[in-house]
Amino acid sequence: MKQEKIQLALVIDLNVCVGCHGCVTSCKSWNSSGSGGPMTDMNPYGSEPAGTFFNRVQTFEAGAFPHTETIHFPKSCLHCEEPPCVACCPTGASYKRDEDGIVLVNTDICIGCKYCAWNCPYGMRELDAKERVMKKCTLCVDRIYDQNLPESERKPACVLACPTQARLFGDINDPNSEASRAIRESGGYALMPEWGTKPANHYLPRHKNLFRVRQDELVRADNPLRIEGAPTPPAQDSPSLDDSTSW
Amino acid sequence: MIDPASQSDSDQGRTEEKSTTCYMCACRCGIRVTLRDGEIRHIQGNPDHPLNGGVICAKGASGIMKQYSPGRLTQPLRRKPGSERGAGEFEAISWEETFDILTDRLGRIRADDPKKLAFYTGRDQMQALTGLFARQFGTPNYAAHGGFCSVNMAAGMIYTIGGSFWEFGGPDLERAQLFIMIGTAEDHHSNPMKRAISQFKRNGGRFISINPVRTGYSAVADEWVPIRPGTDGALILALIHEIIRMGHFDRDFVVQYSNGAELVIQDPDHPKDGLFFREGEEIDPDCFEPQNKLWWDLETDKAVPSHQKGVVPRLLGSYTLEDGTPVKPAFQLLKERVEKYTPEWASGLTGIPVEQIRRLAHEMGVTARDHKIELPIPWTDAWDQEHETVVGSPVAFHAMRGLAAHSNGFHAIRSLSILMTLLGTIDTPGGFRHRAPFPRPIPPCAKPPKGPEAVQPNTPLAGIPLGWPADPDDLFVDEAGNPVRLDKAFSWEYPLSVHGMMHNAITNAWRGDPYPIDTLFIFMANLAWNSSMNPSESRRMLQDKEENGDYKIPFVVVCDAFQSEMVQFADLVLPDTTYLERHDVMSMLDRPISEFDGPVDSVRVPILPPHAQCRPFQEVLLELGARLKLPAFCNENGEAKYRDYPDFIINYETEPGSGIGFLAGWRGKSGESFMRGEPNPRQWDMYTKNNCFYHHELPRSFQYMRNWNKGYLTWAQNRRLIRYAEPILIHIYSEVLQKFRLSAQGKRVGKQPPDHLRQSIIDSFDPLPFHQEPLEDQYIDSRKYPLNAITQRPMAMYHSWDSQNAWLRQIHTYNVLFVNPILGNAQGFGDNDWIWVESPAGKVRCIARFSEAVEPGTVWTWNSIGKASGTWGLDKKAEESKLGFLLNHLISEQLPDGNQGKTRSNSDPITGQAAWFDLRVRVYPAEPASKQTSLPQFVPPGILPGMKKMRQKWLAYRAGKKQ
Repeated sequence: MKQEKIQLALVIDLNVCVGCHGCVTSCKSWNSSGSGGPMTDMNPYGSEPAGTFFNRVQTFEAGAFPHTETIHFPKSCLHCEEPPCVACCPTGASYKRDEDGIVLVNTDICIGCKYCAWNCPYGMRELDAKERVMKKCTLCVDRIYDQNLPESERKPACVLACPTQARLFGDINDPNSEASRAIRESGGYALMPEWGTKPANHYLPRHKNLFRVRQDELVRADNPLRIEGAPTPPAQDSPSLDDSTSW
Repeated sequence: MIDPASQSDSDQGRTEEKSTTCYMCACRCGIRVTLRDGEIRHIQGNPDHPLNGGVICAKGASGIMKQYSPGRLTQPLRRKPGSERGAGEFEAISWEETFDILTDRLGRIRADDPKKLAFYTGRDQMQALTGLFARQFGTPNYAAHGGFCSVNMAAGMIYTIGGSFWEFGGPDLERAQLFIMIGTAEDHHSNPMKRAISQFKRNGGRFISINPVRTGYSAVADEWVPIRPGTDGALILALIHEIIRMGHFDRDFVVQYSNGAELVIQDPDHPKDGLFFREGEEIDPDCFEPQNKLWWDLETDKAVPSHQKGVVPRLLGSYTLEDGTPVKPAFQLLKERVEKYTPEWASGLTGIPVEQIRRLAHEMGVTARDHKIELPIPWTDAWDQEHETVVGSPVAFHAMRGLAAHSNGFHAIRSLSILMTLLGTIDTPGGFRHRAPFPRPIPPCAKPPKGPEAVQPNTPLAGIPLGWPADPDDLFVDEAGNPVRLDKAFSWEYPLSVHGMMHNAITNAWRGDPYPIDTLFIFMANLAWNSSMNPSESRRMLQDKEENGDYKIPFVVVCDAFQSEMVQFADLVLPDTTYLERHDVMSMLDRPISEFDGPVDSVRVPILPPHAQCRPFQEVLLELGARLKLPAFCNENGEAKYRDYPDFIINYETEPGSGIGFLAGWRGKSGESFMRGEPNPRQWDMYTKNNCFYHHELPRSFQYMRNWNKGYLTWAQNRRLIRYAEPILIHIYSEVLQKFRLSAQGKRVGKQPPDHLRQSIIDSFDPLPFHQEPLEDQYIDSRKYPLNAITQRPMAMYHSWDSQNAWLRQIHTYNVLFVNPILGNAQGFGDNDWIWVESPAGKVRCIARFSEAVEPGTVWTWNSIGKASGTWGLDKKAEESKLGFLLNHLISEQLPDGNQGKTRSNSDPITGQAAWFDLRVRVYPAEPASKQTSLPQFVPPGILPGMKKMRQKWLAYRAGKKQ
């Protein structure tokens, strides 16, 4: 049987993401001093601060009060299996790694033309406004193979950081990976599949746990009020018929 | 480009990795900091730390930007001679000069009248040290920010169940099946709560969030129950009503572990009316509760001593003791109390449909009753009864300042504690679990000083500044019943203000009520901005002068690491370090980081040397203490007793030879003991080697039912966590409150309230919880101000505003007012329009944002985002000040008290909790203008000596030398 190519990806569980942005700044912390950095910030302490982030969380609402849902939606490069950003790159700076499917930018030859940004249907490219080159999520390619890190930490910084463990990481072409299993068993879906880019990253949907109280569960034989209900016997010496008549 | 997968990050420079404890918020996760060439390369969660298990939040991961913020203070500053306070004109001085100024001024105060020093601290979590300094100095005018923050949560729960949420206890979501979060604004706890919610949901648990707003945690709730602010108590009382009505309470738990079955005297002519009938001789119980109360035995229909083996007592009914005293079980009184609190009644107040209230009660009751957890853990209770198993009901709650920050919050939180008790969920699997050093006796043993004689020149305070009054005689008042403390804590106005009342300090000092002070010493509390209820007024008071030109508050000292709004109003500025540049302890004497399974404390160790001339405040306090010759910090020759803070932490003992100090782990000469033991010179090394924490896991049989667990209580007594190994019965009925009421009724000997406060005490100090509308609603025209205004705390910023962090500020650059579109449409403004928000205290201009995730009668904003222009190292045009705003400008710190034109603090009359969630407002469109800014605006203070320039176009942070 033909072995599928390795395709690393993130599977993001919207059912538990509370929108804390831990992934956002952990990504920035790791990558700004990593191979994909620096992640430049414009006006860091001034008006209209605008910096490079490989990962952002968008929060939006759905439904009308009181049936409102508030959804936290982390977004980063989806590492498409058919990445339009690679196909359109005039210099070959954007490329998809054969060995693991990660989409990267070679900033040495990127000319900052933004074609990739226009072609990415998901808006996941970040132009470094100072260096005038494109930057993006690397799935922490400089962590995941680093033999100097303990094996348990060879994961993207966002995955390690996530307080709700809403971010699973693995090979989605390996049916036994945690990521594949989650997609298969928890209704994982890809964003806008109609574009045919085959995004590698997937999302797990919200689901609700309900509790149904059945009528016959409301009243039970062991109701403690029944204990209280045991009538207090009247005092021996309180008046009774015996005191007033002999028939 | 080199293949990024082929090189190791650790080869990119000289790499080191160190562990310490985070302080980007008060959650205190374990972190690992990677340095490259001496600069911070990365901060990540420490996988070996019990609190966060390797995860980290947005704030923690942004510590780099705190460390390198341009808003940092770098050297001691003095207000320029001749300049006006508040003008922001400072000159740099040396630490030697700084200490000379402080030693001279504070030395004179101490020799004259120590209470003229008012020392207030923010969310510092080093209250064991700051409190020690205040006590040694001799001033009672000390508190941290708890009165402003969430004291109702601490007091309401600790006076009821002997423990509280956050550091001292929390929901056991590992085993719960139903989790109800009520009034929690994304905070307290941070990462542990996120981890627990996620695990809980994945285990199939059902999560209900009751909150006027659906953000953060509430977003992932299975059900959102929008509620009107200030009505949580009404909802909870209705839930209690329904649970009692349906018989869904845990009778055995109530009988055995609370005072529900104990008999209360019901005779208005009896001097002890409303107290428990107690058998035998009067004993002075110190801080345990004598087990000399009575039950009414169901079988024999007689009063019998409580907690007799095999006796089933009545919970309901009305009885007469042999001596003719009429009595009722406390539970009967509770049932009578909640009779009127029907779901129909609560629905009108809360805005929650009747059927939903009922269903919530049924879900709780049925889940608790039918899904019992039974763990095979044998234990022995305090009455020597052996149990084969620990039994729990899997219904867990969490609550925080949505309940607390209201003037009716204390009773709302008492109600919640009672609801949790009725469901049998106190220190049980799947319910609420304590964290050491809790549970404490009800109330805890520490008491405030009892009168003005506790304050004497050149003498430490007789007692500790804060404590837990058990009856009116524990109040800190003079002969006439007037307060001894500046903030009036522990007075008849706020008898149980167990965390003090920082929010009263400036107003009272300015007014000279109860007396003027000399020096206001503030550590890490932004009283000129978001830590004041009325910052515009606070700023004015800080600058106000007497007719003779002297400042009404003569001297203001501020210690902070950053250029906060408060710094502008200082006469002397002490530059603190960041958390990465200091030693610190998360102490069992203060607020440790214990887990459900046992005590945990932890330390911070410096990762980097202090920046510029910054000094850790702990070191400053120790040196100041030594220079002032405070006994705890000096030896007999008047020399400093401790070399530095680490040396102090190792060697300080609460009493000579007590063996108890700040750190509980690795005590004893070679680190062999826990809690008690000789100082260990290698204690810091041992903490450092163990990821900066010490975790003492209790045997499983000591991990539950700790209020009444004989094994645990004896263990805790032997380790000196508690003085008595007596059972801590839950106070469904609060005798403590009744004692205050009896005094106000003139029925109790001892301290008496001033006459004008008697009725207020009688009304507030109800031994059973009740609901009343918030105080503010009683004074204002709620038709004119129909909306509730509250804040939520953004997860990416809460507790971390203090650096205006370059990364975090891009997540929340400015705040807007979230309103339901129904409201905007009715008021004639649209999404993103500028609007006025007006309260009786003032008005604020801001941007409105439409949201369906808010109850239509409520408006809200993120707190801690809006800033004063030109502070925190931000450009004066930064959006934080130009678009963002501070809701506090609308909150009044004073209310009329209906007594001869006098005012009272806008606080809970029992605990003094600042009632900042009581705020009522109206909103309307702002007049159109070409360039709008938020209002009010303040004159930017300008750059301080030693600060970096603010105008910086680019920040391309990359650690290390190789760029």
